[in-house]
Amino acid sequence: MNEKTDMTTAERGRTLPRQGDGEIELLPAVDIYENDAGITLEADLPGVSKDRLDIQIDHNNLTIEGEVAVEVSENVKPLYADVRGTRYRRSFSLSPELDTENVDANLGNGVLSLKIPKRAELQPRRIEVKAH
Amino acid sequence: MFSYPTSVDSLFNELARLSRDLGGPYGAWGMPASIRAAARGTFPAINIGASDDEVEVYAFAPGIDTSSLDISVQRNVLTVAGERKLERQPEAEYYLNERMSGTFRRVMSLPDDVDPDKVEANYRDGVLHIRMQRSEQGKPRQIRPQ
Repeated sequence: MNEKTDMTTAERGRTLPRQGDGEIELLPAVDIYENDAGITLEADLPGVSKDRLDIQIDHNNLTIEGEVAVEVSENVKPLYADVRGTRYRRSFSLSPELDTENVDANLGNGVLSLKIPKRAELQPRRIEVKAH
Repeated sequence: MFSYPTSVDSLFNELARLSRDLGGPYGAWGMPASIRAAARGTFPAINIGASDDEVEVYAFAPGIDTSSLDISVQRNVLTVAGERKLERQPEAEYYLNERMSGTFRRVMSLPDDVDPDKVEANYRDGVLHIRMQRSEQGKPRQIRPQ
């Protein structure tokens, strides 16, 4: 049931959260960009702390999962809700030139930043053209 | 894989149930649930809960510099405004660009008996949590027949 997006395929708009097993999965908003060094993914995961975040790379599949944990006082009943789930999940397929052994992940203020470098031997090189 | 606090779990499950009962975000009759309700994807997403003693607002606003936040309560109307600046990499090629960048403002009406003098707010893991006390006369009273 998980949504999958190739990281290098442009996609417009966000899919609405889907319902599976009675639990609503939240689809985090992401920015993905590429430069010569690699691909950077930034994901909004408000309410997720470091110990409730799980990032897995398996056979070129990247999956980000996180649980929302916010402090709620006793006897609080809901009045209004935009956020109707407690779990974020989103998957992406990676491409072989990415070096999944050296991923750098950072979580701060509910924003995850993942830097996936390109394999050194596959980083683009400029070819000098010699004029005769 | 994860275990999470039952109180949070039950609150959000309750919210999910409530939204199903109401027939989605726009209520059973195709009318917005609140006159200040916002379209899906509005930043920040907001959840509001209340007990007899207090009203709690959660604004899901990741990556904010708290000094940019402007939170105000006037009577029973709460306004949260601020700015999230995302730096765009000029040299990079963007494949997805979904995250909100720029200024935001959300206005929400709360129960009539919130006390504007008793408000506290904190920001943690990208969630702004605003707690407001309700005034005494708004609390339910038990009335016993003589």
